[in-house]
Amino acid sequence: MNDALRKDFEALVGKENVMESESDRFSYAYDAAVLDPVLPSLVVRPETREALGKVVKLCNDNGLPITVRGSGTNLSGGTIPSKGGVVILTNALNKILEINEADLYAVVEPGVITAKFAAEVAARGLFYPPDPGSQAVSTLGGNVAENAGGLRGLKYGVTKDYVMGVDFFDVDGEIVKSGSRTVKCVTGLNLAGLMVGSEGTLGVFEKITLKLTPPPLAAKAMMAIFDDVAKASETVAAIIAAKIVPATLEFMDNFTIRTVEDFAKAGLPVDAQALLLIEVDGHPGQVADEAEKVEAICKQQGALRIQVAKDAAERNKVWEARRAALSALARVSPTTVLEDATVPRSKIPAMMHALGGIASKYKLTIGTFGHAGDGNLHPTILTDRRNKEEWHRVEAAIDDIFDVALSLGGTLSGEHGIGMAKSKYMEKETSRATILYSRRLKKALDPKGILNPGKIIGE
Amino acid sequence: MSDMKELLRMLGELDDQLVSCMRCGMCQAVCPIYGQTGRETDVARGKIALLEGLAHEMVKDPAGVQDKVTRCLLCGSCQANCPSGVKGLDIFLKARAILTAYMGLPTVKKLIFRGMLTKPGLFNNLLSFASKFQGLFTTPANDIIGSSCSKFLEPVLGDRHLMLLAKTPLHKDVPSLDTPAGKSGLKVAFFPGCLADKIFPRVGHAVLKVLNHHGVGVFMPAGQACCGIPALSSGDKESYDKLVRANLAVFAKGKFDALLTPCATCTSTMKKIWPTMAQGMSPAEQEAVRELSAKVMDVNAFVIDKLGLTPPKANDDAIAVTVHDPCHLKKSLGVSAQPRAVLSLNPRYKVAEMAASDACCGCGGSFTLTHADMSARIGQQKRDNIKNTGAQVVAMGCPACMLQISDMLSRNGDRVSVKHPMEIYAEGL
Repeated sequence: MNDALRKDFEALVGKENVMESESDRFSYAYDAAVLDPVLPSLVVRPETREALGKVVKLCNDNGLPITVRGSGTNLSGGTIPSKGGVVILTNALNKILEINEADLYAVVEPGVITAKFAAEVAARGLFYPPDPGSQAVSTLGGNVAENAGGLRGLKYGVTKDYVMGVDFFDVDGEIVKSGSRTVKCVTGLNLAGLMVGSEGTLGVFEKITLKLTPPPLAAKAMMAIFDDVAKASETVAAIIAAKIVPATLEFMDNFTIRTVEDFAKAGLPVDAQALLLIEVDGHPGQVADEAEKVEAICKQQGALRIQVAKDAAERNKVWEARRAALSALARVSPTTVLEDATVPRSKIPAMMHALGGIASKYKLTIGTFGHAGDGNLHPTILTDRRNKEEWHRVEAAIDDIFDVALSLGGTLSGEHGIGMAKSKYMEKETSRATILYSRRLKKALDPKGILNPGKIIGE
Repeated sequence: MSDMKELLRMLGELDDQLVSCMRCGMCQAVCPIYGQTGRETDVARGKIALLEGLAHEMVKDPAGVQDKVTRCLLCGSCQANCPSGVKGLDIFLKARAILTAYMGLPTVKKLIFRGMLTKPGLFNNLLSFASKFQGLFTTPANDIIGSSCSKFLEPVLGDRHLMLLAKTPLHKDVPSLDTPAGKSGLKVAFFPGCLADKIFPRVGHAVLKVLNHHGVGVFMPAGQACCGIPALSSGDKESYDKLVRANLAVFAKGKFDALLTPCATCTSTMKKIWPTMAQGMSPAEQEAVRELSAKVMDVNAFVIDKLGLTPPKANDDAIAVTVHDPCHLKKSLGVSAQPRAVLSLNPRYKVAEMAASDACCGCGGSFTLTHADMSARIGQQKRDNIKNTGAQVVAMGCPACMLQISDMLSRNGDRVSVKHPMEIYAEGL
């Protein structure tokens, strides 16, 4: 980047918040997706929202692509600056501006860490349910831009269900306001809805208004063990059919069970074909009643064994196994490809069967775990990206996984986003018209194509 | 080595370890430096990406990478929190050695490590000489902590509050020991480490008092060298190897059940780092390293786990002591219950926990000199957490943390004394 332009950025955010050395730029060339790094020309870290808006305008005036980055935990390459340009860091914009206990909402800057926010909310006796796997480091801005999910999706929904409003900068650095602090609001186009899951392609978030709820008063967790994947998934359907919506309903396949047991020695049955980890929450009376019913349903559906957690320590033990799943799988091989193709929950047996076929067709190791309650499975391919020949098979397998998910009426991505990794599959799920409509929308809002260009809808 | 090809070859040997990082970024939650700066190059994921970039010629600036890789406390928080088990400490120590071999060791460090530290006799004499004159350049700062500050040395040391060299180092009072096992039936080797020898000999004396009280035989040979971590963290593998060999030689002369140190950093260096850094040594030396490393034990863990002592009930008027968990004790060795149990052996004390007791104090060895501001900012948070407990004493099983925390408390004018758990136990005997 030329000196004069760099100095303009320095004037906006301060010299110490502009990074241009090769080593600095290289460390913002990647995210958590297994994709090749691309270096930005410059990295800036505004410390105020006002400076953020000015940086956006300066980029647009000079036709510089912008990639907004929180903690860089994206699993689909959304934060890789694929066209170079400027990476804008939001992690200095990390203030919780308001937590309103009377009206049950909070206003935050985009760089607030999800888990810190949830803890702050909990300290006021309230509850922010979305809990993506990366919540210890992910930012709320990133969660909204990706419409992040989590373990509680089945009962509590995902990030979009908690976004009441987003104020954002357009490409000219002007603030666009959307949504409200009220539960009801039909004023104007639903621009906040447009921002959710837009992956930084339509605007740059200035502040976000989030919905809060009272926390459940009680919870009960249990583990059900099955000798057959189909039985486990029929159990999921039966629980829902009984009008019970557990807070979490997680699944693990045999490979994952064995790997977790190897790693964490949690006492899991290594010969089980499937595990369900179930938690119901709510009013103590309702929890006791639902837990009993769920236990009965599991037995009816042929669970080999059911362990109900009797206290907090046992409950923790049940979840320890689930939390260890990705860690355990990740240690098996150098490269871990974590997919999130999602199917209607009744199609889980068909999806599991197909995944088995894909693993043997391409001679790959795939461990599958995930959110059975909402059909969001995480087939995890264990490989080594340095092995070119195997990597080709991995890519072919990923194509097949998407084809199967779509043929079962599912979707490409439950919670990780499209980014760069899946944009080429978009048309398969939607239509040519959908892509063109989206591109026209983007072109109108971002004529120079500076906002995270190439992501989601290609170009 | 100064040619790029050799640098790439050596980095290539790290590739299997580097590739295990899946870039999830969970290290951002625990890195003390990232917590201050929010910069990717400060966190393990960024450093690993840079090393990989350098190894694959995507990054062409070894000096820039070295600069980023050394902005690290080597506290091991990233490693302890890594979902995919990346051995961050191991990688960063090896990378420092590789980059230093390529870039060359700065003259000052050459002088310190190669001219002084690797010659234990000379090192002792120089410091004993220095201890006689340090009073001329310093003024006492805080009588509870025993710290001083120095206008004269300000250009080098900044506004820090120092713990001076002891008038009599441990090795002058107790040049060597070789006593048989008593009623405990156990015999240990004792490695006080540089700081407990030269700055906090009171810690060394406390350990010896406790061991004597419980009838534990002690082998403490003369001529012990530094554990090697200052040289290794500066990338000086040559000096490090010399120091390890010197220690192997002096401890080969004794028979003992365990080798104890009162220093978390020495313990984790000897137990964890010595074996992984022994590849360049002969098979016989590697075997000797493995055998000695296996016997290394933190002194608190020995007292509780091997002597099987259980704490009495605390007195009603017991003094509150808060406990700091040194990174190299809790995160590296999993020792955190035992130091608390050791100080509870003295009924005059009771534990008052602080917030984030296992957050790094910001010392990081020479990091506190090379990155003084950052080190002080991290240290200030620790100081605030200590102060908030209202405890009159803060205890920790690591003399390096004791230095940093003494400095931070003294700068704030706090009247909180800084002790090793063994000192507290020994007081009551």
